[in-house]
Amino acid sequence: MEIIMSILAGILFTTGIYNLLQKQLIRIIIGTGLLSHGAHLFILTMGGLTDGKPPILTDHDSHNYVDPLPQALILTSIVISFGVTSLLLVLAYRAAKENETDNMDQLRGNDYE
Amino acid sequence: MLLIVLLPLIFALFIPIMNKRKEQIHIGYFVIWIPIVIFIFFARYLGADFEPIKQHFNWIPSLHISFDFYLDGLSLLFVLLISGIGALVTLYSIFYLDKSEKLAHFYIYLLMFMSAMLGVVLSDNVFVLYTFWELTSISSFLLIGYWNYKKESRYGALKSMLITVFGGLSMLGGFILLSNITGTTSIQGILSESDVILNHTYLPLILGFVILGAFTKSAQFPFHIWLPDAMEAPTPVSAYLHSATMVKAGIYLIARMSPLFHGYDWFFIVVAGIGILTLCWASFLAVRQTDLKGILAYSTISQLGMIMTMLGIGTEIAVFAAMFHILNHATFKGSLFMVAGIIDHETGTRDIRKLGGLMTLLPISATLAFFGTFSMAGVPLPFLNGFYSKELFFDATLHGSEYSTAIANFIQHALPWLAVFGSIFTFVYSMYFVFGIFRGKAKLEQLPRKPHEAPIGMLISPILLVIGVITIGLFPSLVNGTLLEHAAYAVSGIHEPHKIKFWHGFIPPLYMSLAVVGIGTLLFVTKKKWDTVYKKLSDRFTFNRLYDLLIAKTETVPASITKSYMTGSLRLYAQLIIVAMFIVSIFTLVTSDGFAFLEADPSEIKISELLVAIMMIVAAVGTIVARNNVAAILILGVVGYGLSILFVIYRAPDLALTQLVIETITVALFLLCFYHLPKMKPKQDTVRTKLINAAISIGFGTLLTLVAISAHSSKWFPSISEYFIETSHTLGGGDNVVNVILVDMRGLDTLFEITVLGIAALGIYSLIKIRKNKEVD
Repeated sequence: MEIIMSILAGILFTTGIYNLLQKQLIRIIIGTGLLSHGAHLFILTMGGLTDGKPPILTDHDSHNYVDPLPQALILTSIVISFGVTSLLLVLAYRAAKENETDNMDQLRGNDYE
Repeated sequence: MLLIVLLPLIFALFIPIMNKRKEQIHIGYFVIWIPIVIFIFFARYLGADFEPIKQHFNWIPSLHISFDFYLDGLSLLFVLLISGIGALVTLYSIFYLDKSEKLAHFYIYLLMFMSAMLGVVLSDNVFVLYTFWELTSISSFLLIGYWNYKKESRYGALKSMLITVFGGLSMLGGFILLSNITGTTSIQGILSESDVILNHTYLPLILGFVILGAFTKSAQFPFHIWLPDAMEAPTPVSAYLHSATMVKAGIYLIARMSPLFHGYDWFFIVVAGIGILTLCWASFLAVRQTDLKGILAYSTISQLGMIMTMLGIGTEIAVFAAMFHILNHATFKGSLFMVAGIIDHETGTRDIRKLGGLMTLLPISATLAFFGTFSMAGVPLPFLNGFYSKELFFDATLHGSEYSTAIANFIQHALPWLAVFGSIFTFVYSMYFVFGIFRGKAKLEQLPRKPHEAPIGMLISPILLVIGVITIGLFPSLVNGTLLEHAAYAVSGIHEPHKIKFWHGFIPPLYMSLAVVGIGTLLFVTKKKWDTVYKKLSDRFTFNRLYDLLIAKTETVPASITKSYMTGSLRLYAQLIIVAMFIVSIFTLVTSDGFAFLEADPSEIKISELLVAIMMIVAAVGTIVARNNVAAILILGVVGYGLSILFVIYRAPDLALTQLVIETITVALFLLCFYHLPKMKPKQDTVRTKLINAAISIGFGTLLTLVAISAHSSKWFPSISEYFIETSHTLGGGDNVVNVILVDMRGLDTLFEITVLGIAALGIYSLIKIRKNKEVD
């Protein structure tokens, strides 16, 4: 299953990067969203997908739980990427409003800078 | 000795204070006693029984860099020149520079230079030598650009700076190699390891580096181009730096290092070969100049080439002649520059075509120029020192040592002929200089000022220098045993008393001298007839052109390279970054043979997960395919929800919860932001761009899949999570292990994750609220 999940993460990255290289601002942010999904899946897969109970201790003697550390890491990462994505969104919104374009090729600054 | 070297520098600190009294008295009067004190300090050592002196002052002992001073005959010759000519130049400058000039600047730079030059010739430590060496470059830069409102001054200053610092840095490279190989930073220590260096594989590199430093400083071919442009400096500076002292720093370096390379064929080939080439080329070009200081600049270059040649020959007589000529050149060239300055000062022009017939108007200057130029030309008169050194030079070219390589022997045989050729032109430009100014008909109406003799204060220094010329000419033994023999001994290591004779008998050098005078006179008289040769010499292929081209290209070429990839397009940068990452990772993966593939998967494939995965793949591809932005946003939501289902399947309840909530909020935000934007239809990319983007992203995705597979196929250590699970309850007091990790075991992460959210919230708030006044949303 890890191999399939690796392929899935790879496809998320592929589509993410393809979106990242688009002209429209919104596509770029969609790309970053896909990239972070891919990264989270990547972390989870690397932690191992072996069988086991959820890491909530019900039976203190049993050790058959899934690895809790990647989950903690992913949780942190989800929150951070959410913060960044929302900031990006508002930034893109403002940039598009201000410059009356959301085309990256037209957002180049100017020669006097 | 440290104090005496740093004395000018320390004194320079007080000049701004004196500058406050500049209305009453010229600052030069405060400065002049410093070179005099230094001169007296070192003149004590003159004498037949001189022994080298060594002194040591700590600076950076841990790096073996310390102020080690070593005063031997060579250094003594140079310090006397520096302080002696320095005193005369300061005196001259008092009358040359008006009180309205920025005198404080001038004298600070001059004193800086004096310290630096003393340091160069006295240092025994290669790195201290280099430090002072660069200080001479900097102070020379400041002095050349003294009249910084003139464009030519700035150009000349920059040019000399670039060329001499280029050489200085390569010299530093040579020094580092030398001190690494010999394990000492002391010059005397390095010299004593001569055989180690001569047998080292880096020998050509060391020689090249050191010689490059010396040649750029001493204006040898083809680095001579900075010297004529440095003539934009005030005349006292030209007289001091660019004839007597700084340009001899390279000579000093070669003389200092020649015991190291002595007997190495390439040392002879490069130093003597380039030296004689410089002599011929510069004396040939000097005749073409129309500017007085231009003639003197080319003359200086050619004389330096002559000294360089003698050092390259390196026989005992040649070294002695070189030392002798260093002294002679400093005396007559210093006086000539001062005469040129007087003429500039009194007539208002330095253009030799406008000058003429000044003999009766400036009789004293004319006399001084006569002695200077005739000594420079090497006219056989018993009271001119230039003649002696020229004849010794001819003698030296005739008696070189035997060399093993054919090219060295070829140069050896060509030397006398080239020496005569160069000297003929030296004769011609010397005569051109003196007769061009003082003979012929006076063209007073062309002169900006009505010429009259200079004030006596201005004449003292050149008079003293000319007295030096004559004294050395009449009584060469005065400097011979007391100074020159020690200097020659320091370079060649052979102690042999010399007798400088006016009449050697009918020997080849005499014929050579006579030939020079004869042919030179003939050429000078017929100068008008062959002058057109210079017109045919195209200006297009000079080294000045090359320099200008190089300077221009170093600005435009990097600019165009940068422009070619810094287009301002973020997409291009993203592509470059990703491709670079891809290339580096693939390279590492392939070269380190890092790919691993575990055939038996640790966990079995289940249908439910497979279905979710397929759904996510379809949705992810859908974000690309969807034309409509809102559709793309919604499809992105599908990917997010798919991920949270995966979290459920892989038993991560907290993740699933968070992912669900956050995906919902994100999608809502997306819609909120872009639903309200006016519809902006972007131009579609071309097929080519699409293909490139697709290739980049597929390549990168594949790479990451490979990395993921090989990473999990080679697990080397067990996870530390056992510890978390075991101690979650007992130490953390909680049963939800993920939450205990988040707030207890790794609580710091969470703290800053909260900070991130807070900053993001503040950022969003400011983006929405804070606007420029005129804007209304």
